Amino acid sequence: MDSKLFPEGVQRCGFGQFLIWTAVILGFFTWGLYSAVLVLYNGIGTTGLDNYFGFGAWITFDLAVIALGAGAFFTGLLKYILKIKQLEKIINLTVVVGFICYSGAMLVLTLDIGQPGRAWFGYWHPNVHSMLTEVIFCITCYCTVLIIEFIPLVLEQKQWNKIPFIHALAHNMHINMALFAGLGAFLSTFHQGSLGGMYGVLIGRPFAFREGFFIWPWTFFLFILSAVGSGPVFTVLVCGFMEKLTGKKLVDFKTKALMGKIAGTMLCVYMFFKILDTWAWANGYLPSVGLTFDQMFYGVIYGKWLLWTEIVLCGVVPAIMLITPAIRNRPALLYTAALLDCFGVCVNRYIFTVQTIAFPVMPFDAWQTYAPNWVEYASSIMIVAYGFLVLTLVYRYLPLFPQERELN
Amino acid sequence: MHVKEFKIKWGMVIDIDKCTGCGACMVGCQVENNIAPMTKSDPYNYAQALTKDRDDASNKLRTLTWMNVYELSNGKAFPEHETAYLPRPCMQCGNPACVPVCPVVATDKNEEGGIVSQIYPRCIGCRYCMAACPYHARYFNWWDPLWPEGMDKGLSPAASVRPRGVVEKCNFCHSRYMEAKNQARMDGEDPMNLSEGAYTTACQEICPTGAIHFGDLNNPEHAVHELHKSPNAFRLLEKLGLSPQVYYMSEREWVRKQGDNYNAGGSGH
Repeated sequence: MDSKLFPEGVQRCGFGQFLIWTAVILGFFTWGLYSAVLVLYNGIGTTGLDNYFGFGAWITFDLAVIALGAGAFFTGLLKYILKIKQLEKIINLTVVVGFICYSGAMLVLTLDIGQPGRAWFGYWHPNVHSMLTEVIFCITCYCTVLIIEFIPLVLEQKQWNKIPFIHALAHNMHINMALFAGLGAFLSTFHQGSLGGMYGVLIGRPFAFREGFFIWPWTFFLFILSAVGSGPVFTVLVCGFMEKLTGKKLVDFKTKALMGKIAGTMLCVYMFFKILDTWAWANGYLPSVGLTFDQMFYGVIYGKWLLWTEIVLCGVVPAIMLITPAIRNRPALLYTAALLDCFGVCVNRYIFTVQTIAFPVMPFDAWQTYAPNWVEYASSIMIVAYGFLVLTLVYRYLPLFPQERELN
Repeated sequence: MHVKEFKIKWGMVIDIDKCTGCGACMVGCQVENNIAPMTKSDPYNYAQALTKDRDDASNKLRTLTWMNVYELSNGKAFPEHETAYLPRPCMQCGNPACVPVCPVVATDKNEEGGIVSQIYPRCIGCRYCMAACPYHARYFNWWDPLWPEGMDKGLSPAASVRPRGVVEKCNFCHSRYMEAKNQARMDGEDPMNLSEGAYTTACQEICPTGAIHFGDLNNPEHAVHELHKSPNAFRLLEKLGLSPQVYYMSEREWVRKQGDNYNAGGSGH
C-alpha cells in the first residue's frame, strides 16, 4: 500500500502488520498522555514527588536519556571532524536516537517544571551563575542542531528526493554538516558537563558536592566522560534491537565493534577518574565536613550496593570487556557489555539525583525514601513510546541504514 | 566561601532552651503570610475526581511550613532522656546554596538587610533551589492553593498568594519590613536605622516564651547583636560555609552538638 514510500531497494513488513505495531505503541503513548494531562491540569501533586524529593524519576530519566543520547554528538564529532569514515554506516541512527533522547527529555522537563508557561524565562531572565541555565541554553540549542542534522535524512525520502530543489537542499546540507557536527559537539559537551555540574556545585549537599577546576566541579567532567562512554554503545543496542525485531542485518558488526571500542576507551578513562573522585570524596571532602563514607548510605534502598553496582559491575567490568578485542568482537558479549554500561550510567544519574537529596544533612533530620508513582512511570513510558514511534516511521520510510541493501 | 555582607543584617537568635515546641510560631507564620492550608478536595477542579485526592495536612512532606519545628533528642534512655525543639525558618544564608543555582534569578540576596528573596511570578518551578537547600526551608506548591469556604476572608492583604507550581519560603515577613520602613519615613526617622522592635516577624511576636529574638545583627542597639556572640550560640551546619543569619542558643552541650555534625566552628569548606 505504502511501498512506493519505502527507501530504494529494501523490503518492509506489510501495512497491516505495521498498523498493529503502531497501534500497540500508540496504546502505551496514550496511557502516558493521560498521565501528562493529569500533571498539567491538576498539578505535580499527582506524582510521587514531595518537598524532600523535588527531583525524582523525571530528572533521573532526563539525565539518563541525555547521557545515552550522547552517541549522536560524539559519533558526529568522530565522523565529521576526525573523519573516521566507517562511522557513516551508523551515523544516521545516532542522529535519530539523539534527536529522540533530547526532544523526549525536553518533553519530560515541560511536565517537571511547575510553570511550563514560563520555561522561556531561562532565556529572558538568565542567571549566568547557574549550571541549570547553561543546561537550558545548551539543550534547547543542541536539540535545534539535531533537528538540522535530522532534516537531510527526511529530505532524502524517496519521493521527496525526486524534487530537484529538495534533492539539492539535502545534498548541500550534507556538505555543510561538519559545521553542525562541530557546533553540536561543543554544545553537547557543555551541557553534559553542566548536568554533572548541577550536582557538584551543591554546597549544601555533601553527597554530591565536589571541588574542581576553576568554576567546574569534578562532576562536570565525570558526566561528560560517562556520557561519551555509554552513548555510542546505546546506539549499538538500539541497532541490535532493531535487527532482532526486523530480522534484517542493518549495520555490519565491524562498525558496531568500533562503536564498542570507542565507548570502551572513554569508559576506561571515565572509570579511572570516577574511582579517583569517589576515593577523594570519601577520604578528603567528607571528613572535612564531619561526615563519614558510611553515613552516606542507608538501608537497602540507598545502600552501598548501588555504588558498587555502578562502579564495579556496570563500570569496570564493561570497560574491560569493551577494550578487550577478543571479548568485544563476539556479538553476545558486546551486547552484554553495552547493556551493563548503559545500565551503569542510569544508576549513576539516579544516585546523583535521588540519593543526593535523600541524605539528611541536618544531624537531627532523618532519611526519607522516594518511590515514583504510576504518573511518573506512565509519562516516562510515553517518551519511550514516542521514541519507538519515531524510529518505526524513520525505519519504514527513510534511508536510515546505508548498508541495508548490501547486507541483506 | 563568598559571604555577601550588608550594612544591615536582619537575623534571628532562637533560644532553644526556652522553646516548648508549642508550634505557635508555625501558626503565626501561616496566617501572616497567607500560606495555603492543605485541603483534600478541590471543588473547582472536576478532573481531580479522575485521580487520587489532593493531600491533606497529614502528609508532612507536602505541607507548606515556612517555619517548621523539629524535635531533637539526646538519644538517651529514661531517666537521662531529654528533648528540645528547634524552630527552623529560612536561614537567610550569607552564602546561600539556593541563590546561585536558580536558572532565572527568581531568588536573590541583593537587598539591604540580607533577606533572601523569592520572586513568585518569575519562578518556573524547577525545584533546583529545594534540592540545593540542606535546611529544607523551601516549599513547593504541589496543588492549587485553596482556602476552605470563609477562610479566604481572613487572608492578609499585605502578602501575595502564590500560584500552583512555584517555590516559596520564609522571607522574615518581608511585608512587615516594608511597613516598618514606611512608618519610619512617616515619623521622620531613618528607615535604614530602625530601632529595636520597629520591625518584628510574626513568629517572634507570637512566641509565648520569648524564645525568638529578632533584629539587626550588625546594630549594637539591637539585642541580637550581643546574643549571637554568646558562647552558647551556634548556627546549623556551619561547616558547610553557608553562613546563616539565624542563630540558635542553648546551654545544653548535646543540643549545640546537633547543630553541625560535631564540627562547628570551622571556617567552612
